[in-house]
Amino acid sequence: MGTVQILIAGFGGQGVLFAGKFIAYKALLEGKQLSWLPSYGPEMRGGTANCSVIVSDDPVGSPIVSNPDVLMVMNLPSLDKYENAAVKDAKIFVDSTLIERKVARTDVDTFYIPATQMANEAGISTLANMIMVGKVIRETGVVSYDNIVDALKKVVSAKHANLLDVNLKALEMGYNYDK
Amino acid sequence: MADKVLMKGNEAIAEAAILAGCRHYFGYPITPQTEIAAYMAKRMPKIGGTFLQAESEVAAINMVYGTSSAGYRVMTSSSSPGMSLKSEGLSYLAGSDLPALVVNVQRGGPGLGGIQPSQSDYFQATRGGGHGDYHMIVLAPASVQEMADLTITGFELADKYRVTAMILADGTMGQMMEPVELSADSVKTFDKPWAVTGTKMQRKHNIINSLSLVPEELEQQNFARYERYKTIEENEARCETFMMDDAEYCVVAFGIAARVSKNAVIAAREKGIKAGLIRPITLWPFPKKTLLDAADKAKAFISVELSMGQMIEDVELAIRCQRPVMLCNRAGGMIPTPEQVLAKIEEAAGGKM
Repeated sequence: MGTVQILIAGFGGQGVLFAGKFIAYKALLEGKQLSWLPSYGPEMRGGTANCSVIVSDDPVGSPIVSNPDVLMVMNLPSLDKYENAAVKDAKIFVDSTLIERKVARTDVDTFYIPATQMANEAGISTLANMIMVGKVIRETGVVSYDNIVDALKKVVSAKHANLLDVNLKALEMGYNYDK
Repeated sequence: MADKVLMKGNEAIAEAAILAGCRHYFGYPITPQTEIAAYMAKRMPKIGGTFLQAESEVAAINMVYGTSSAGYRVMTSSSSPGMSLKSEGLSYLAGSDLPALVVNVQRGGPGLGGIQPSQSDYFQATRGGGHGDYHMIVLAPASVQEMADLTITGFELADKYRVTAMILADGTMGQMMEPVELSADSVKTFDKPWAVTGTKMQRKHNIINSLSLVPEELEQQNFARYERYKTIEENEARCETFMMDDAEYCVVAFGIAARVSKNAVIAAREKGIKAGLIRPITLWPFPKKTLLDAADKAKAFISVELSMGQMIEDVELAIRCQRPVMLCNRAGGMIPTPEQVLAKIEEAAGGKM
C-alpha cells in the first residue's frame, strides 16, 4: 500500500476531525503506521476545519498533508482551497449536497456523494461525514471495511454507545453508494 | 507489552506523567497545551492526586516549587507567553536545586503572538529564561511516543540531577495523534534526602532556599551546580541520526521540523544527493560531539527551524564554524514544507552558499 495521505476538510461542526479519527483508529487496529493532525484554533468555530491523516506501512515522516492522495471535502471553501493541492490521480470526494460545482481538474478521480441529503433523509442528519467516509473506504481501500465496528467503538465513547448503530448505518450507506 | 492506543501528544504527556508517579499538577490554560490540564483535571482526582488551576502561571510555578521542596514529583505546563511568566519561578527552582518537569508546547511569538506551532522559545529554554547562571535539561520530542517517553525521562533526569527538565514541544506535537504505547514498568525513582518532609526530631532540618547573601558561599553554590551541569553534558546528550554515515549535507532539526526534514532527506537521496539528518533529542545538553564528528565528512549544515534561527548558533558552535551553516526556516506559526527543505539541500549541493 505504501503511504496514503488524506486531507478531510469542511465546516467546523460537520465532524471532519471525527471522520479522520475514525480512519486513524481503523488503521491502528490493522497494525498500520499513522498520524492524525487537526487544524486547531479560532478558525474551527464556524469556519473551516480540516485534518491530515497519513496511513502507511512505514513510519510516518511529516504529519502535515499538503498534497493529498485522497481529498474529502464537505464545503465549497474547502474544495476551492485544496483542489489544486491534490496530487495527480488523487481521489477527490465531494459532498454534492453542499458543493454545487464540479471539480475542475481532469487529472483526478472524482466522486460526488449527496451525503448531507442522504443523511437528512435517513434521519441521521449529523452523520454526513460518516457516509463520506464509507465511500472513501470503498474507493480507496486505505483501510479495510472488515470489523469496521471495532474501530467505531474506539471513537464513539461508551457514554454514547447508542450512536454506534447510526454511525454504522451511515458508513454502510456511503460504502454501498454506487453512483 | 501494553496495547497501542491513539492519543494526542498533550494527552500522552499527561498520562506518562501519571505513570512516572507525578500526582501533583498545577497549571493555567493556554492554547495549544490545554489538553494537558484537561486530562489532569479528569484523572488526578480519581487517583488521589492534585489538579489545581492556579490563578496565574506565576502562582502555578511557585506551587511546583513548594511541592518539589516536599520531595514529590510535580509538573506544570504552558505555552510560550505563559512560560515567560513562569521564568522567575524557573530561576528560583534552579537556585534551590529543585527537580521539576515543565512542559512548553510552543506557539508563535513574541508577545501574545499566535496559537500556531513554533520553536521560537529555543533560546529561552536552552539559555535559562530566568535570571542567573543556570540550565534546564531540555527535551525535544518528535513523535507522540516521544512525548510520553521523554516525559518519564524528564522526571527521572530532574530527580537524578536536581534540576528542572523541560519538554520543549510545539503546537503540532501537542495536537497530533499517533499510536503510543504507555508503560510504567521501567520508571526509575530516586531518594530525596534533601526534601523538607519533617524531621520527626531525628535529623537536622533541611532548608530549601535560593537566597544567599554571602558572595563567597553563593559562588561556591554556582561552582557546585556547574559541576553537576558538566556531568549532565558529558552523560545525557541525546540525538537520533538518519542516513548520516556518508552524509555530505547535514540537516539539523528537532521536533516537527525534524519530521518535515526527514521527508526532505529521503527525497534528496532519491535525487542522488548525500543528505542526512541529525535530530537533537536533548537541546540542552546539545549533542555537540555528534555534530562535530559529522563535520569531518559534511560539506555543509542546514539548520531547519520554526523560528528566525536560534538553534543555528548552537550548530555553528558545535562544529566550531568549520563548515557553512545555512538556515531554512519559517516563523510566526508557519511550518517549512519538505519541498522548502529539499530546495535548501539542493542549494547547498549546488554550491550556492
